[in-house]
Amino acid sequence: MSNIVLERVSKRFGDTLVTDNIDLVIPAGKFTVFVGPSGCGKTTLLRLIAGLEDIDQGRLLIDGADMGQTPPAARGLAMVFQSYALYPHMSVRANLGFALKVAHTPPRDIAARVEAVAKLLDLSALLDRKPAALSGGQRQRVAIGRALVREPKAFLFDEPLSNLDAALRSQMRIEIRRLQQDLGITAIYVTHDQAEAMTMADQIVVFREGRIEQVGAPLEIYRRPTNRFVAGFIGSPCMNFLSGARAAAFGATTIGFRPEHLRLDASGELRGVVRTVEHLGNEALVHVQLEDDTMITARCTEDTALHPGAPIAFTPDPASIHRFDQDNRALDVG
Amino acid sequence: MAESEHEFVGLANYLHLVTDPGFLPALGNTLALIALVLCISIGLGLALALLLERAVLGRGVLRLLVISPFFVMPPVAALIWKNLLMQPTSGFFAWIASLFGVPPIDWFASAPLIAIGLIVAWQWLPFACLILLTSLQSFDREQREAAQLDGASALAILHHLVLPHLARPMAIILMMETIFLLSVFAEIFVTTGGGRASTNLAFLVYSQVMFQYDIGVASAAGVVAVILANVIAFFLVRAVGRSLDA
Repeated sequence: MSNIVLERVSKRFGDTLVTDNIDLVIPAGKFTVFVGPSGCGKTTLLRLIAGLEDIDQGRLLIDGADMGQTPPAARGLAMVFQSYALYPHMSVRANLGFALKVAHTPPRDIAARVEAVAKLLDLSALLDRKPAALSGGQRQRVAIGRALVREPKAFLFDEPLSNLDAALRSQMRIEIRRLQQDLGITAIYVTHDQAEAMTMADQIVVFREGRIEQVGAPLEIYRRPTNRFVAGFIGSPCMNFLSGARAAAFGATTIGFRPEHLRLDASGELRGVVRTVEHLGNEALVHVQLEDDTMITARCTEDTALHPGAPIAFTPDPASIHRFDQDNRALDVG
Repeated sequence: MAESEHEFVGLANYLHLVTDPGFLPALGNTLALIALVLCISIGLGLALALLLERAVLGRGVLRLLVISPFFVMPPVAALIWKNLLMQPTSGFFAWIASLFGVPPIDWFASAPLIAIGLIVAWQWLPFACLILLTSLQSFDREQREAAQLDGASALAILHHLVLPHLARPMAIILMMETIFLLSVFAEIFVTTGGGRASTNLAFLVYSQVMFQYDIGVASAAGVVAVILANVIAFFLVRAVGRSLDA
C-alpha cells in the first residue's frame, strides 16, 4: 500500500498545456478514479505517474520519494492498458511471467507466482493459450494478472473496460473492485464513463481541460458538485439547467436539478409538452420542452401515462436545487 | 550438325552435367551466394531499420540514401563496385587499407564470391530495410510501454517482442530474395566473368552455351536450376505459410 502525491504537476505538448498545476493526493489502499471528457488530460496524468511521459514541472512523490527522474520500471507501478497490450506471440503463462523473467527471477518462483495469480483470476485453464485464442474478458483478466504478478505499489488502469460489451463491462467493474478491496491495493483508474467512476471509486477526480474540477467521494460529488461542469458531467441522465428569471428567483445565474428531483404536479411552475419518452421498464425518462423551448429530462415511474405531445407540469424539489453564479461556481456548497 | 546427332539421348545430358567438374561448385556457389546475401541484407537491414526508426536528424535524407541502391541497375552497380570501390590499386577500399598500412585485398582474385555477395547484398539491402522499417513502425506502442513497465531493457524488448514481431516480414524477405538470388547473373558477368570460384547455376547455363557450345548440357543445367528453384520455393512457402498462420 502506497500513497502517491502530485505537487503542482504541469505537462505541455508543444503549445498545449495538457495538465496544469495539478495538486492531488492518491490515498493508499483506495480506489481513485480520474474522470472527464476526452482530451481533458486524465490519461496524460496517468502516463506521467507511470513514467511513460516526463513531467515538465512539479513533483511526483510515491511513498514520500521523488520519482520524477526514476525510470518507469523502478517506480513499482503496474499498468493495465486500454488495448491490454498483451504480448501476442507469448502464451498466457509467458505473458504473466514476463516481468519476473526479465528481472531474472528463478524459474521455480516465476511458475509459483504465475500459478497463484492465474488461480486468483480464474485463468489456470488458459495458461498455455496465446492471447489471440482468448475472449475479450479473458484478455482483460490476463492484462490484470500481468500487473498483479509484479506485486506493484499501485495499479494504474487506462480505460481498461472500453473494449468490452456492456454486460461484460459491468461484470469486470465488480471484479476489479472486489480484487482491489481484497488485496487492499492502491489503484488509479482512468475513464470517461461517469457511471464507472460512480460505481467503482472511493475517490473521484473530475478533470476538464487539464485542470481538476473537483475531488471527492462519489456521492459527495453527486450531491454537492462545486461547479456547473461537474454537476452536468456526473449523473445520467444529465442534470437539467435553467437560467434567466427562474434562476433569478433563487438568487442565482443558473439553477440545476436532477431528473429524479422533479415531481409531477398539475399546478407546477415548470409547464411544457412531452417530446419523447424512453421506457426503461422500471422507470421512464421523459424529455419535455418547456414553454420557453428549454429541454429538460425527468425520471418518472412507468405507471404514469405519458404521450408525446401531451401537456405536462412539474415542481422541482426545492431542497435539491443547485444554484450557480455567473462564473458557473456553485453557491452555498457544503 | 549432322543428322545422326539429333537422336534421343535419354538422361545423358544430365549425366554429363552432374559429372561435369563445374557443376557441384556452381550449385555450391549458388547456395552460398544466397546465404551470404540473405545474412548481410537482413542483418544490416535490421540494424538500419532500427536506426532509421529512431534517429530524427536527417532521417528523410538517410531514408533516400538507403533506398537508392535499389534503383541502380545490376550491371552498373557491379561496375561501380568493381572499378571505384574494390579495384586493388586505385579503389576506395584499397585507399582505406593503405591508411591503415594494410595490403589491399584483390577482391575478385582472392575472394570473388564474397565480393559478388557484397555487391548483391548492397542492392538488396534497401528491400530488406524498407520492409523491416514499415513493420517496426507498426509495432504496438502500448506493448513497448507495457514491457518498459515490466522492467524490460531495450535489448530485452528487441529480443522478446520486436524480433518475434518481425518474424513474418523476415520470412517474406527470405522468400522474395531467395527467388531472385537464384538467378544472379549480371554481377558475375561484369566482375569476374565466371571462373569456378564464382560461377553459379545461372552463369553455368550461360557459359555452357556461349563457351562450350553445349546446348544439351546447358538445357539440362537450366532444368536443374528450375527444379532447384521449385524445391526451395516449396519449403520456403511452407515455412512462411506456417509463420503467417501463427
